[in-house]
Amino acid sequence: MQFWLKRLYRDRFLILLMLPGLAYFLIYKYLPLVGSVIAFQDFSPFLGFLESPWVGMKHFAVIFEDYEIVQVLWNTLNISFLQIAFAFPAPIILAIMLNELRSNGWFKGILQSIVYLPHFMSWVIVVGICVIFLRGSGVINSFLGTYFGIDPIPFLSDPAFFKPLIVLQVIWKEAGWGTVIFLAALAGVDPQLYEAAVMDGAGRFRKIWHITLPALRSTIVILLILRLGTVLDTGFEQIFLMLNPFVMEQGNVLDTYVYFKGIVQSDYSFATAVGLFKGVVGFGLVWGANRLAKRFGQDGVY
Amino acid sequence: MKESASGKTFQVVNATLLTLIGAFMLFPFLYVFAVSFSSYKEFIQADFLIWPKQWVFDAYDYIFKSDAFIRSIFFTIYVTILGTIVNLLFTSSMGYALSRPVVGRKPVLVLVLFALLFPAGLIPTYIVVKETGLINSIWALILPVAISPFNLIVMRQFFLSIPGEVVESAVMDGATDLGIFARIVLPLSKPALAAFGLFYAVGHWNNYFGGLLYMNSPEKWPVQVVLRQLVVVNETNTLRVATEMVEQMPPPETIQMAALLVATVPILIVYPFLQKHFAKGVMLGAVKG
Repeated sequence: MQFWLKRLYRDRFLILLMLPGLAYFLIYKYLPLVGSVIAFQDFSPFLGFLESPWVGMKHFAVIFEDYEIVQVLWNTLNISFLQIAFAFPAPIILAIMLNELRSNGWFKGILQSIVYLPHFMSWVIVVGICVIFLRGSGVINSFLGTYFGIDPIPFLSDPAFFKPLIVLQVIWKEAGWGTVIFLAALAGVDPQLYEAAVMDGAGRFRKIWHITLPALRSTIVILLILRLGTVLDTGFEQIFLMLNPFVMEQGNVLDTYVYFKGIVQSDYSFATAVGLFKGVVGFGLVWGANRLAKRFGQDGVY
Repeated sequence: MKESASGKTFQVVNATLLTLIGAFMLFPFLYVFAVSFSSYKEFIQADFLIWPKQWVFDAYDYIFKSDAFIRSIFFTIYVTILGTIVNLLFTSSMGYALSRPVVGRKPVLVLVLFALLFPAGLIPTYIVVKETGLINSIWALILPVAISPFNLIVMRQFFLSIPGEVVESAVMDGATDLGIFARIVLPLSKPALAAFGLFYAVGHWNNYFGGLLYMNSPEKWPVQVVLRQLVVVNETNTLRVATEMVEQMPPPETIQMAALLVATVPILIVYPFLQKHFAKGVMLGAVKG
């Protein structure tokens, strides 16, 4: 006991430094976690969560019967897998291309500055630019009209274009930024390997295939495993900004669904149940993914 | 080294493709820039404007006279500065304490890690913010995001990399932990503080969701929310809130693009600093363990 009091006294200033952060975690991270019990209630803001009636698993039972949620879950997984198939490889290809760029320091520098830039734009700006380009009177449609005589295509309200546009935006915004980690991995490759390969008569593509790609392999595997751990995360802002009544059926994902149900329709308990469901599944996936990543001999994320 | 013919072709093709990719990333900005300074006539006639023939400033005139837009810009600047200070104070002090063998370090680290892996849901968080009376308050945009658990972990890692002798010698000289933190550790951490400060600041500037959730009255909309109304929802009259604009309005297209550009300028100003520091920040992130 005395020992602990002594330590507490010794560390009093460090504890003081820790307090604001600790208060933050307790109030804004853990209080909401405790508040998630409203998923098991019929929560009414007037009664608060001490008085609101308990209803057990009622809301969770609905999740698996509701046609709309099945659709939302499907959209979430669909968009996520499209991202993994198309947006995930983009930075790898870009990094290899940048790496192959010989000398020309300034050219490479400018190019890198340009491809990193979109990462720092908000989703409102990215979606805003997309809307400006693709709306009926936008550049793309007036170009198609003038040169090919094509009637304006409703890119933004035609459901068929929704998912491709989402993926394309992610590629535009994040492909350049994603190269950072791969370029770092490539900076560590011993140039002698390339020289030896040239001696053996290897061409460009053979060098990329036998040296560059193997050098990136472990990074790619780790990032892929971790990405798979977050398949239920599609991000709220981008999809919310791209949604309109015409594309709702194809575009509504878990994050936006929880927003519409909970905030817009004030169905707190049900939306919390959906959110909790997503949280539990997501936690399992991330935890599993991190273990897998560690098994591949890397540090994992934590 | 001598280059074979196929090697040269490869170089040219690769450089050309990369130039095209760069153009693909840059062109939208150039277009928005050019249209915002163009006359409506030129905008209608040209297919791919990237440089206006005749510079027209009507759109900028209009948005700078709009109370709603200017208010949102100043409000967002205020949130960004105040928010970033809170972010850095909270993150660095907690990060430092956790880098020392302080009482209860292990359980607190587990707490932080769990919060990173299991984010509290949107609705319960919203209810907590609402119940603590922050709706429509600037603090709703700052306190709920005071610490990014990930940044906290990376910053702690940075503090761990400061040589122990520095701290020990200060202890010998009778400095308290507070004194060591403020006078020795923080000055040594300027690069990390700059990197995280920039990341946090960009986060505040770009924050849309917080404004959507917590700011009900249009007078307190951050710039991203105003932009969304103006460009994505195409509600050009957003700018007219509380302003009587008698003069003729420039075409909505050029107003939209001028607004997009003005909201981008702060990012473009900090971008060179970001570039200088982010490599360090990212690399710090890569050596966590």
